[in-house]
Amino acid sequence: MGIERLLAEHLLSVLVFLPTAGAILLLLLPRSATGVARVAALAVATLECVLSLPLWWHFDVALRGFQFRESAAWIPPLGISYLIGIDGISLLLILLTTILTPVSLLFSLSHVEKEVRGFSIAFLILETGVIGTLVALDLALFYVFWEVMLVPMYFIIGIWGGARRIYAAMKFFLFTMAGSLLMFLAILYVAIRHHAATGVWSFALEDLYRLTFTGTTAVVLFAAFALAFAIKVPVFPLHTWLPDAHTEAPTAGSIILAGILLKLGVYGYLRFALPLFPGTALRYAPWLGVLGVIGVIYGALLAFAQHDMKRLVAYSSVSHLGLVVIGVGAFTTISLQGSILQMVNHGLSTGALFLLVGVLYERRHTREISAYGGVAGIVPVTAALFLIATLSSIGLPGLNGFVGEFLVLLGTWTSPHRWWAVAAATGVILSAIYMLTLVQRVFWNPVTHEENRNLPEIRWSELVAVSVLVVLMVWIGVRPNDVLDRLRVSVDALQESVTAKQLVEAQNGAGLPGGAR
Amino acid sequence: MIALWVIPVIPLAGFVLNGLLGTRLGKSFVSAVGVGSAGLATLAAYSRLIPYLSSGGAVVIEPYGSWIVAGSLSVDLSFRLDPLSALMLSFVTFVAFLIHVYSVGYMHHDETDAGYARYFAYLNLFLFAMLTLVLAESFLLMFVGWEGVGLCSYLLVGYYYDREYAAAAGKKAFVVNRIGDFGFLLGMFGLFTTFGSLSYGEVFGKAAANPAAYQPALTLICLCLFVGAVGKSAQVPLYVWLPDAMAGPTPVSALIHAATMVTAGVYMVTRCNVLFRLAPEAMAVVAGIGAFTAIFAGTIAVAQNDIKKVLAYSTVSQLGYMFLACGVGAYVAGMFHVMTHAFFKACLFLGSGSVIHAMGGEQDMRKMGGLRSKLPVTFWTFLLAALAISGIPPLAGFFSKDAILAGAFEAGGLHLLWAVGLFTAGLTAFYMFRLVSLTFYGSFRGTPEQEHHLHESPPSMTLPLIVLAVLSVIGGWVGLPAVLGENANVFARFLAPVLPSLKGVEEHAALPHATEWLLMGVSVIVAAFGLLLAWRWYVKGEGRVPARIAASSPGVYALIADKFRIDELYDSLFVKPFYWLARTLWKVVDVLLIDGILNAGAFLVELTGDLLRFLQTGNVRNYALTFLLGLVALLLVVAGWI
Repeated sequence: MGIERLLAEHLLSVLVFLPTAGAILLLLLPRSATGVARVAALAVATLECVLSLPLWWHFDVALRGFQFRESAAWIPPLGISYLIGIDGISLLLILLTTILTPVSLLFSLSHVEKEVRGFSIAFLILETGVIGTLVALDLALFYVFWEVMLVPMYFIIGIWGGARRIYAAMKFFLFTMAGSLLMFLAILYVAIRHHAATGVWSFALEDLYRLTFTGTTAVVLFAAFALAFAIKVPVFPLHTWLPDAHTEAPTAGSIILAGILLKLGVYGYLRFALPLFPGTALRYAPWLGVLGVIGVIYGALLAFAQHDMKRLVAYSSVSHLGLVVIGVGAFTTISLQGSILQMVNHGLSTGALFLLVGVLYERRHTREISAYGGVAGIVPVTAALFLIATLSSIGLPGLNGFVGEFLVLLGTWTSPHRWWAVAAATGVILSAIYMLTLVQRVFWNPVTHEENRNLPEIRWSELVAVSVLVVLMVWIGVRPNDVLDRLRVSVDALQESVTAKQLVEAQNGAGLPGGAR
Repeated sequence: MIALWVIPVIPLAGFVLNGLLGTRLGKSFVSAVGVGSAGLATLAAYSRLIPYLSSGGAVVIEPYGSWIVAGSLSVDLSFRLDPLSALMLSFVTFVAFLIHVYSVGYMHHDETDAGYARYFAYLNLFLFAMLTLVLAESFLLMFVGWEGVGLCSYLLVGYYYDREYAAAAGKKAFVVNRIGDFGFLLGMFGLFTTFGSLSYGEVFGKAAANPAAYQPALTLICLCLFVGAVGKSAQVPLYVWLPDAMAGPTPVSALIHAATMVTAGVYMVTRCNVLFRLAPEAMAVVAGIGAFTAIFAGTIAVAQNDIKKVLAYSTVSQLGYMFLACGVGAYVAGMFHVMTHAFFKACLFLGSGSVIHAMGGEQDMRKMGGLRSKLPVTFWTFLLAALAISGIPPLAGFFSKDAILAGAFEAGGLHLLWAVGLFTAGLTAFYMFRLVSLTFYGSFRGTPEQEHHLHESPPSMTLPLIVLAVLSVIGGWVGLPAVLGENANVFARFLAPVLPSLKGVEEHAALPHATEWLLMGVSVIVAAFGLLLAWRWYVKGEGRVPARIAASSPGVYALIADKFRIDELYDSLFVKPFYWLARTLWKVVDVLLIDGILNAGAFLVELTGDLLRFLQTGNVRNYALTFLLGLVALLLVVAGWI
């Protein structure tokens, strides 16, 4: 099979396995070949990024259902197949992944010293896990990739992390594992029900969508899925793994963790929990909305209380993801599009913030806010970039964050839960408070620590990495339709399928209490 | 014909150029790009405005494509030229250009190349945002400019970022404005659910076509939008950021915090006059807040010693005046005052900048005095602008202030609003001439070194002063009241297509001529009284009378001088509890409660493991003992003894 045909017919598979292939290649290198490992990993991630761009152009915005589909039998006796494809939602998150991964590795070029080869391998396997999770249309396949993500991240935090890395890695692992195990049981149960109802084994998402669950069964199954995803997002009060993991992870790990992994919680909810159990999901949506509102305000308040830069940005993620959750809970067309766009926006702005905090950290080896002050005059380029990332994060119109925030709030306002929008809109004020306080205390004010006077300015590699993100922030802020166009049909389809199935459930529920079809 | 988008894009290009390359290419390059782009934008604007004058107030809408489409929301990138935006465009570009020119002289010596480039980049960015705000055809696009000017205000107030008070003031300006923007956002949500659109054309069209259909939502919407205006235009209770904003360079105070940005709230309310007119309760709130702010801030201005603080509180007070006009339906008068205020207040701020420049950075008026001979151009231009703001005929401020007072008088309500306005006019004349007296008259009270360095500013600074002083004199002649000729109010006729008077005629015509003459006479007398009192107390009496008054009631005086301690009040009401809440939630809920439970769970698992470990020590004797004990227990059970 020629390269062209491979790329034309199996582009998604290539994207899933190219990083792993790269990782295997790295394994062949001697452990001491750090320079080669660095460059090779970056080259693979960059190639991955370039290869993923055709997805953007060739994605048919008018088409319903999944595109770039591939299927192959995997474990036929159990009906488990290698079934992949994307819609607009996964498209955006895949591109976010393929952009943030090389950005993180580019930053790490000059900042990871320990076990470079292992670090690079972990990163590449992580990328396979993420993209696999996003393209999987088979629940078993999805679960495999979902767990694949967990392992490299555990090592990235646990080996290359900060002082409390073991505690943080363990906490991250246990939280996530607790959720996923319940989800695994739920997946098995759903598949068994499918077998019971049709006599055929299948884990294919589109087959399982046809099942209807009602009553307690639906609630329990939904809860198992929702919990796994809620931990990942994270939804208050399941969020406490996040500040530890984000703070202790190395910069590149934080970028991927905040930029991508959190979104997989929301993605999973939209792709699995919601369409499989629409009635239950919508019935409990008000809880989701309320927890989202709490997340927005609580996360912002806690961000304000922090004196560690990374921890502050980590709590700001709790706040931002709260907004995303509200948009999902409100379930209007506008709020859903806003939520998905906001996931991308948060990936860019928080990615940039973690990266720039990393720039400072690598020079001063402290994340304490009070160790800085007045460095804008010493590292003006870093300061300017940090300010732009801040403005994106606090939703300044003209940059990406505003569009997402506005759509979520407006869409929520038009839902029956208008007060969520009012309460969450206070986030507009709160985010300005904590982020601008951070800017003031780090970059402005008089220089109080003499050692900061020799702070070196941002390097070229770091500058290029963060510039990519800044360009995207401006682009999405000015031309959000480029992104929204790709979401429109997918969001419509999601809403319609949910509404339609909800009707079926209601009828079945009346006829056959508590049972599947 | 130049497309409207070109006008804001020129300074945007200036921002990008100076922002990216300015530091390297040096001050001459930065000045050329900064001033040049402001000048080009002004030329571009006037190339549209001059032909527009003869168009009879047509509404020109230029669509440039779609910006956001999601669900039923569709927002276009469109600009709108109508009499209202034309008016704003005319003075925003021109005043901004003058202040760019002035900045070259003001900033030249103090700043490094990097600082200089940063300054002009921000100033250009501000112009871009302000022009976007003015020209936008939808609420959302206006909001882009609205927050954009707020950003530039934040950056320029915090321009001297290494001084903690400047950094804090910048942040305060942004945060307080965000509180207002929260209201603006909710207002937009309300507009969208009520009218299904955020474009001016659709919203105002639907509201005008079916006025009764949108109550009571409209009152709430108007109030929400007004919250935004209260933030941006520094009204009570959100005015606290503006006095602090004086930490920025003085030309910035002139441009952003006097002439243009802070009037955006008035512009927005006037823009929405169709909506506000359908919501009388909201209008009453606007009038009430405006009147209260006018008198409240005017009172504070009387007791300030920092020359810029006096002007800052004066600005807050004058903005209150403009809202008073909007609230009583005298929108034309409000916009008239927006324009004349831009001239004389910019002149006053730039004049104070010239004084501060000459004094080597000193802002305390108690250390000035007798500067009129040393700074003649500054003095004369300042004096004219001070006379204009005091409402002395036939200067610009007289006509606009008179128009507002006439509108307030008509509004009824025992003429209370009028009385407040009139008293404020007296206060204004008083504090302005207190300032003039302390600064320019008497003998010099600074150090000999300061005295030695006193000098008139360079032409790049005095020329803008002269131009603005001339405008402060003649700027009001476009809006002569009806008593001076039936068609003398060119200003009102120009704005009539967007601001039709309630009675279908010019607002003034409603009052009988005799009443109007009387009102004018009274306001002139009050202004003259304030002016002469200040003159008598501070020049003739050398401040002895006010000192005596202050000494006789020290508590009251201190309260006013301390700005009624509103900042301290907010600090203990909002800021400190916020800190406390944030810390408490973190330490109690996150650390103690959630993680406490989790870690306790983890500890329990560990403990269980530790205990169970004894069951599996690998030591045969332990197993034997356990076995024996188990056997005994079993036998006892079997034997029925337990």
